[in-house]
This record gives sequence, structure tokens and C-alpha cells, in this order.
Amino acid sequence: MGRTLYDKLWDSHVIRAYDDGSALLYVDKHLLHEVSTPQSFIAIEKKNRRVRRPSANLAVPDHVVSTVDRHLPIADPLARAQTQRLVENVARHDIPFIPLNDKRQGIVHVIGPEQGFTLPGIVLACGDSHTSTHGAFGCLAFGIGASECGIVMATQAIRQQRARTMRVNFVGERSPFVTAKDIALALIARIGANGAAGHAVEYAGPVISAMSMAERLTLCNMSIEAGARVGLIAPDETTFAYLRGRPMAPKGEMFERALAYWRTLPSDSDAVFDRELTLDVSQVEPHVTWGTSPEDAAPIGSRVPSPDDEAEPTRRERRRRALAYMGLKPGEALENIAIDVVFIGSCTNSRIEDLRAAAAVAAGRRVADRVKALVVPGSGLVREQAEREGLAKIFLDAGFEWREPGCSMCVGMNGDTLAQSQRSASTSNRNFEGRQGVGGRTHLMSPAMAAAAAITGHLTDVRKLTGAAS
Amino acid sequence: MTGFKSIESLGAYMPEQNIDTDAIYPARYLLLMDRDGLGPYLFRDRRFDKDGAPKEGFILDTEPFSSAEVLIAGSGFGCGSSREQAVWALTGFGVRCVIAPSFGEIFAGNALKNGLLTLALPEEMVARIGAAAQRGARFRVDLEERILCVDNEIVASIDLPEGQRMALLNGWDETDILLREEGEAISGFEAQHRMAQPWLFSEQSK
Repeated sequence: MGRTLYDKLWDSHVIRAYDDGSALLYVDKHLLHEVSTPQSFIAIEKKNRRVRRPSANLAVPDHVVSTVDRHLPIADPLARAQTQRLVENVARHDIPFIPLNDKRQGIVHVIGPEQGFTLPGIVLACGDSHTSTHGAFGCLAFGIGASECGIVMATQAIRQQRARTMRVNFVGERSPFVTAKDIALALIARIGANGAAGHAVEYAGPVISAMSMAERLTLCNMSIEAGARVGLIAPDETTFAYLRGRPMAPKGEMFERALAYWRTLPSDSDAVFDRELTLDVSQVEPHVTWGTSPEDAAPIGSRVPSPDDEAEPTRRERRRRALAYMGLKPGEALENIAIDVVFIGSCTNSRIEDLRAAAAVAAGRRVADRVKALVVPGSGLVREQAEREGLAKIFLDAGFEWREPGCSMCVGMNGDTLAQSQRSASTSNRNFEGRQGVGGRTHLMSPAMAAAAAITGHLTDVRKLTGAAS
Repeated sequence: MTGFKSIESLGAYMPEQNIDTDAIYPARYLLLMDRDGLGPYLFRDRRFDKDGAPKEGFILDTEPFSSAEVLIAGSGFGCGSSREQAVWALTGFGVRCVIAPSFGEIFAGNALKNGLLTLALPEEMVARIGAAAQRGARFRVDLEERILCVDNEIVASIDLPEGQRMALLNGWDETDILLREEGEAISGFEAQHRMAQPWLFSEQSK
């Protein structure tokens, strides 16, 4: 019987298989950031251990960094201490590091691919749940906790339970403005925030083949919001073209050798998945979330649902709580919801393609009067390219703030937060209570939809704003 | 880490789905670099207003449940961010076991590293024992005997992969075990892997 991409990635990294179904896997690469590793290094050093293969790691500060002020020392004492701790830790252990004021600095999940650190066929771990992003290259990438970061650095290995496999086939023609983000939200709304738990999800079908790497990264990024620790896309010519010439990718003859291997990775045609489902993207419309879980997503033309439509009591109660937190009433049209802040950024949607999509909507328009709108590029290189392409000027002319790269308002650790009861249109990945600031209310959507909301001051069907509606 | 053998306590029931790790431990406290003493930040924004004044009615602050070492919750407990602080805050507060229909996978992995037992049980059963918890039922979670008892009645067996059970029981440091027992296997694998995929071992990547 044929093997799936997941099977191949798993099998090729098993150091030892245990009787209970778990296995010790070899970890090829480990990404580090300042927030999830201080305790990992303490654990390593307390026992006088060493980092087994420093060159298998890459570290960068991203979560707590200011997107406004890059003068050193960092003004906020806690952020300064945490960033400085990373600098010291990586120096002591000889780990490759991209410092704050390097133009390659950015969000781990943006720079990994950008630098060619992320490669097909590898096992990649990082102390961040959105590590699923990297699966877009056909590698086994998953988030781990701080203890596991320490284990990986000391042993180059990690013990894991094998996941069940699930394939989602995307078919049909997309309408304009239906992005990978909309497809991800539609999928999560359908299967639930826990719907893919225990599974490694492979995204497949003609829609995926036609996607850019940026869109694939967005889709795999959101896997964790469906409960799946691992998202996967088979590597193909789009993947290989993206990788060729990247600074940390193999070069010359070595690239060709790697390529020959990478071509063997896609799931065999007779491979059987534990679960399979099909999603017709021609039926998907631009989505926004209305609640406090990514599964609370709906087409922009719809209305806030009623808790009473939910038969199951804990689900009904969750929905009631979500609407109370969000300050919304059942039956309200989503398009009427006024917003205060727009955030375009995060490891989900901060790549150059995302900024182009947002800028295309912003061009020649003005941000609504009482709206504060931020554009936070995913890396210094994205920022530079956007400036070269004139996107930064478009944003600034339209009244957006043009910021330095980092995680920013996706996680709200760097001072970029919503105030109590403020409402955002955000291209990030989580609309949890308090995620963007205590009492802040988040509506998730694509970059074009967020830009449209910035212009009108309320959730907006970007197709209507741009005249693309049929 | 301390081993987990058995506990006896009240159960605190949070009948809510998808309690995420941002709710369990808000991101702004991730700036602290400690792993001990994080109990006060557990469910911070559910338990305290922005000025630090306690809010009414949170189950773990309501007597007699403030001493509960067992937390019972809806499906998807610990979904979202990988922050291990969610586990450290729970154990710091005194929670030793969480029972739910399902867990965020990274959370469950983190729990295992810190002596926090996560017990996934069918949804109807969780609802039933949650209701019992609300009535003040006594819980006994015994990992040696692999049983969960509610008011002295066995309601479920604890079905955990043996490797995980032993790690929890003994409080082993996983890195120690791997270095001691699998060090040679790792080196052997690595040598083969280097031959097969040499592009992963060029040291040019600095």
C-alpha cells in the first residue's frame, strides 16, 4: 500500500519505535525566539548539557519587539531583558542568530521560509504553535513547549505519538478575493476548532497546486486553529522555484541532489488516509469571524448567529459567552459592525503577497477617520521589498501606519494592543478573549478584507468596495 | 519534576469548550522568564479586573473548590498557543489533573513534562462527572492502579501509553533518559541521515 507524505516524513525520521505506538524522531531543525526559550536554556545549563548541533538552530527575536522604535537599548525593561537573554543564550551556545536590527529579522515563521532554513522532507520544531506554517514546504513541522525546546536542543530528538492522517481536497474555482485565509476560516467553521485534533492534515487538490507559497503558508499556519498540530502540502515546482537561491538552502549540485529526494515525498496515488474530505471553494465567500474562536467564522454577507440555534448545551453556552464578550447581538449584519483598529500582519498574513493584496484595496482611498490602521511586515526583507514596490507609500498615503517587523498585535506582547472593548479587523490567527489586549475584540479576516474595513470603518465586503461584486 | 501517583480531592468544573492557553495564562505575563510561582496568573483575566480586584464567581476562587486538584472542562482544553506557562500556572495553583473530552495537543505534551495528568474521557462522561463535581463529589485519580473514582465508585480506567504513564509516575527528566538510553541510537541515526541527506549538515548556514 502506498504511503502518505506524512508517513514518509515520519518513517524517515524514526530513531526508535516504541511499543506504545510512539517513536523517537530525529529533529533536523529548530527555530528559536525570545519568549519560549529562556526556561529551555536554564534547563540545559542546570545540568551542564550542551546544545548538540548548534548549526541546526536559528534564533531571532520577534514576539516582544517594538514595531515603532528600534533604537537600542529597548525601552520596555521586561522586553529588553527577554531579548537580551536570547542574545546571551545563543552566544553561549554558538547558535546562529539574526539580531533585532538586521534586515533579515522578522517573525520566525516568515524568516524560516524566506532564508531557506525551512526545507522539504525535514522535521522542524519551534516553541510556537504556528510552526505548522512550515508544513507548506512538505516538511513535518510542529509547535512544542519550552521543556521540549530544551530536549530538542540537547538531544536533536523528540518523542512523539504518531498522528492519524487526514486529507482535505480543495476543488472548484475561487471567486476574486477568496484567499487562503478565507478557505482556512471556512474549513475551520465547518470542522470546528478541535475538528482536526490528533491528525496531520494534508491540503491537496487543484486549488492548492495553483497557490503561491505565501498562500500555502497561510493555510498551513491555520492548521493549529483546527486543532491539528501539523499541516502539510506536497512539495512541487512552486516549492522548488521558491527555494532555489535562498541563502540557507542547498546550492548547486547539492540542490539537485536534494531536489531528487524532495520529488519522492508527495503522497503515493494509492495512499489511504484515515479521514478525507472535500471542500468546494467555488462555494466559499470572503469570511470574517464574529466570536472568540476561529471556528466562529461566517461569510461576510451573513448575520451574527443566535446561541439558541445551538442544540448542545456547552456549545450554546460558549456561543452566548462569545457574543457577550464581543458585544454583539444575534441577527446583527456582520457588515454593520464598526471597528476601531485594523491590524495587517502576523505569521498568517504578513508576506509581500499579503501586503500587495491589502495595498491594492488601500490605493487611492483613505482610512476612515476614527480608525487606527497598522501594517506590520513579516520581516525586514518584506518591509524593504514593499518599500521598493511602492506599497509602503500607498499605505502611508492612505493613512495606515507603516511599522517595523514583528509579531505585534497578533499576540500583544510588545505594546501593540487593543484597549478594553476596542474592536479590530485583524489578519492574524486567533480571536480568543484578550488575545490582542484585555477586553479587546478581534475579527479575523484576509488582508484585502482588513484593508476594506480600514477604509469604511466597519466590516466590509471587499468585493462591494472595489466593485468586484457580481 | 515531581511524580504523579495518586491524588484525592474535590473537582472544579468549567463547563466550557475550547478554553485556550491565552485564557489560562495571558500573553503579557510571558514576559516573565520564570517557571515557578506562576499560580497567581492562572486565568488572570477571568479572576481579576484590570486593576487587580478579584472578580466574583470564578470556580477556582469559590469555596470549597479553591482547593480542588482536579479540573474538569469542555472539549479542546488548552488549545491555541504552545506556551508551557499554561501548565506551570495550573500546577503552580495546585491543579494536578485536568479531565476533558479532548485537549490541545501541545498543551497535553507540555502537561506530561510537568507532572500534570490530562485525562481525555468521552463527552457524556465528562458532563456527568462535571455535574458530580458541582455537587461536591470526591475524586480519586490513581495512576498506579490506573483508575478514576468519583465518590468511591470507579468511573473510568486511565488509558495512557505506557511510556507516558511511567514518565508521570516517576517524574523522570526526559532529556536524561534520552541521553542515557538513546544516545547511541541518536548518533547512529544521525550518521546515516548525514550520508543520505548531506545538504542538511553543511555548516554554511550561519
